[in-house]
Amino acid sequence: MTPEAKKDFEDRIQTYVGREISARKRGLDDVNKVMVRQWCEVMGDNNPVYTDEEFAARSSKGGLIAPPTMLQVWGMEGYSMANEPKEDLQRELHKIFDAQGYSGVLGTNCDLEFKRDLRPGDQVYAREVIESISEQKATSRGLGYFIETRTVFTDQSGEEVGNMKFRVLKFVPDQATQDAAAGAGESEKVAAPTRIHSPRGHDNAWWWEAVDQGKVLIQRCKSCQTLRHPPRPMCGECQSMEWDSIESALQGTVFSFTQIHYPKVPGYQYPLVCAVISLNEGTRLVANVVGCDPEDVTIGMPVKGVVEQVDEATMLPQFYPAG
Amino acid sequence: MTISVTDKTAIVGVGNTEFSKNSGVSELSLAVEAIRIALDDAGLKPGDVDGLCTFTMDSSDEIEVARALGCNDLTFYSRVPYGGGAATGTLHQAVMAVATGMATTVVCYRALNGRSGHRFSGGVSGDIITADAMHWGWYTPYGLMTPASWVAMFTQRYMHLSGCTRDALFEVAWTTRNHAANNPAAFFHNRTFDRAEYDSQKKICDPLTLYDCCQESDGGSAVVITTAERARDLRQPGVLVKGVAQCAARDMEQMTSFYREEIAAIPEMDIAAGQAYAQCGLTPDDIDAAVIYDAFTPIVLWQLESWGFCKYGEAADFVLDGGLRLDGRLPTNTHGGQLSEAYVHGINGIVEAARLVRGTSVNQPKKSVQHALVTSGVGVPTGGALLGAMT
Ligand SMILES: [Zn+2]
Repeated sequence: MTPEAKKDFEDRIQTYVGREISARKRGLDDVNKVMVRQWCEVMGDNNPVYTDEEFAARSSKGGLIAPPTMLQVWGMEGYSMANEPKEDLQRELHKIFDAQGYSGVLGTNCDLEFKRDLRPGDQVYAREVIESISEQKATSRGLGYFIETRTVFTDQSGEEVGNMKFRVLKFVPDQATQDAAAGAGESEKVAAPTRIHSPRGHDNAWWWEAVDQGKVLIQRCKSCQTLRHPPRPMCGECQSMEWDSIESALQGTVFSFTQIHYPKVPGYQYPLVCAVISLNEGTRLVANVVGCDPEDVTIGMPVKGVVEQVDEATMLPQFYPAG
Repeated sequence: MTISVTDKTAIVGVGNTEFSKNSGVSELSLAVEAIRIALDDAGLKPGDVDGLCTFTMDSSDEIEVARALGCNDLTFYSRVPYGGGAATGTLHQAVMAVATGMATTVVCYRALNGRSGHRFSGGVSGDIITADAMHWGWYTPYGLMTPASWVAMFTQRYMHLSGCTRDALFEVAWTTRNHAANNPAAFFHNRTFDRAEYDSQKKICDPLTLYDCCQESDGGSAVVITTAERARDLRQPGVLVKGVAQCAARDMEQMTSFYREEIAAIPEMDIAAGQAYAQCGLTPDDIDAAVIYDAFTPIVLWQLESWGFCKYGEAADFVLDGGLRLDGRLPTNTHGGQLSEAYVHGINGIVEAARLVRGTSVNQPKKSVQHALVTSGVGVPTGGALLGAMT
């Protein structure tokens, strides 16, 4: 975006600040015992002041109350919202962001303020406005803007019972996220979880890109020929910043290892053995040992590695027992 | 006692990298390049550097800088907060360190891609790629991503070399739990276990099982430090800091120092221990009790060796002789440790070590405790302190 285009865009989004997403509207259901009981069951909240009339009557509350954190529930649209999102002001604003490439959306935080307890029979009305839009921020998700909306909840007499500030980030997703989203769209299915990838920066992207091509490289100082791994920008022996690399033959031995039992992380296949491999070139590499019973892995065991596709999105060196 | 720093230190070298709108290199690369230039200016080598100081905002970790540059053992590293307000703050730290002998040569640095890194939208990535983030990237794709898994890797190797078995790990866990059982403040108050219960626990990462791992706790701990002179006027008997040291030893990574010649070792703690003993002239024989950081059972063994209570590879024998018990050579983690009292990142350990010297531990050993050791977590840059009674 040119600076002029950016200014136009920002002027345009700022016109939404202060505008009403939805006028004060009565919730689909008034506060009631059935929904409270179901909510408490789902949330695992056993506080009897929400469900036990006798207990509640004896308590300082003097009778049943609804869990305060149910506040948002009383103003919710119900499941129809998921299939046919309503075309409200918020969607209109989000589409303006989408058109400029800020297509990612992430709920970042939610602040609730409670003014009084709600009791069965109370009517809850909600009114939502766009409260603020930040300047452009560089976040770990990408460049974006924080949008804050505020919902004020009132009762049958018009008095405020509480309010909620909800903050979302509209951001430019990075390429990997965009690719994943596009892929999921084509196949009409949710992508299976994959392994957590390394971030790629100046000092390591070349190494991971080689792995993507099926090769494991070892960084070599151009000045004194010392090999080093993991890669670093300077040679610790001679302080040269000139380097090239050699390709590892991926032969070596297990220097140490551990079988990972807990926690099991989605995207990883168990049993899972991680090992520090001493490569014959003289450097070490952490990788997985596969192709044998985990109980058979020992320190000193000869291994031979190969770069393999371990899931839909991941190439990694994997080591097998050798000889 | 106050120490004047006036005229005790001087700036001897300076260096800048090229200034640009797009360096095309990492922030770590800029940092080590600037430092190399400054060292060249001074006629010094990376191996002469034993201290580093930067901004908390800086993305280049001290030990990443040290490894890239080829520094020697670091005995001083610190950071100063508050953005640009840290500029002379880093000098302030370095001067104090040098004037007091904590380090001999400290480099203050700061490097950033303040333009290309954080301002270009480019439509590709707003990710902030730091040396530390890339460091974890060497392990997470393989599933090696928890403290237990990193410690397990060292433990497996240590057991292989030393012949240590799970008997020793059990002894550490069991003794510590017995101490907690008698400590009303401990999570595991009144709850002991036996070997069968220990052996039946969930596997975490071989060879560690659940009771080899510390708890996760909510809690806070604090200690107040003042001058020895003033301590004499206060309500509690003063506990002197006899020696205190920290160290990030050569070629270490954060929890994953897998590239040293031998990884079944914690050389940073060996060095810190040597420095702390040298400061006060005490020896391991002078230490009567200890609080040894116990995020996991095996790390207690390694630290016993670092602090000289036994030789390398002999810690299993030391503990199996009952060395950590209240009537043993070195009553240890008398509060129940982080395994069984609470995990408050070791500050609760300093509290307990002070109590041991005061004579007020809930599990106070029968013998007189003139000196106690307390240590920090290992696998990372670490250290420890030797405390002593006021006479
Ligand atoms: Zn070199």
